[in-house]
Amino acid sequence: MEKIIFYALALIMVGSAIASVSSRKMLRSVIYLLFVLIGVAGLYFMADYNFLAAIQLTVYAGGIIVLIIFSVLLVHHIDMELEVVKKSKRVLAALTCLAGLAVFLTTIYSHPFAAAQTAVTTTTADIGMKLLSYGEGGFILPFEVISVLLLAAMIGAIAIAKGGKVGDGGRVVKEHIEHTTPAKADKAEKITVYPLEKEPAVAEPETALLEETTN
Amino acid sequence: MIPGISITEILTLSTILFFIGIYGFITRTNLISILISVELILNASVINFVMINKYLYPDILQGVLYALFIIAVAAAETALAVAIIFNLYKQTSSVEVKETETMKF
Repeated sequence: MEKIIFYALALIMVGSAIASVSSRKMLRSVIYLLFVLIGVAGLYFMADYNFLAAIQLTVYAGGIIVLIIFSVLLVHHIDMELEVVKKSKRVLAALTCLAGLAVFLTTIYSHPFAAAQTAVTTTTADIGMKLLSYGEGGFILPFEVISVLLLAAMIGAIAIAKGGKVGDGGRVVKEHIEHTTPAKADKAEKITVYPLEKEPAVAEPETALLEETTN
Repeated sequence: MIPGISITEILTLSTILFFIGIYGFITRTNLISILISVELILNASVINFVMINKYLYPDILQGVLYALFIIAVAAAETALAVAIIFNLYKQTSSVEVKETETMKF
């Protein structure tokens, strides 16, 4: 039973991964990546690491995929197709990857793994105790460091995405102010074209109404 | 251990995923596609950490905790990469790799 589930998961994951790196539609590629991530969570469920599978589902499938979908939708036109590189380059990359795969697989299959035959169920309490213990082999220091890293990444992401003074966003604001200053009247006209066009369209029914009443 | 499945099968699966990610990393010319390939590579390495812990050292938890840290670092990396891609798109109106040849503006 486990064998069937594992091979089904493996087939879905490999197929989705290949589709994800070869699909020409951006959004489909992200959705195929989502299938791969859910398959990985299924593997963790099979290995009886329920907490890790939940983390995988919430952080990867819930957080990172949504982030990538947002960036795709903000940056791309939805029907735009990705350009593909030359066929010779693709073949060369595939051959390189197959060579690396062969080396890895020969190493894996020639190494005698002394797999333990016991199955231990780990609870979330075990992981929490280990993560916060400061004794031998405790993980309290990496835990604190990763919290500082996440804070730094959050501040950095906001600062970078906002643009700031030196970015193009700052330059656009400056130009806009220059346009609207009365010293450059010809440029100010260009900007005020839009509201001038809109005003008559709104005012037209009023004048028509006025004419009707005068008639 | 998972009954009926040996560790070599799982390591084979994670190796295949890893090299599919590398193939995408080499052949794609779009920054977001490269980000997707990097996610594939990271996931393959996390599978290795977790499964080697499960099969070879079932009494300790080091692999699971490393997997948690890798997931946290991957989340931070994705957030920063998306921020950089937005900033780049504001300046060059493109997310293709060949358009992003300058870091100054």
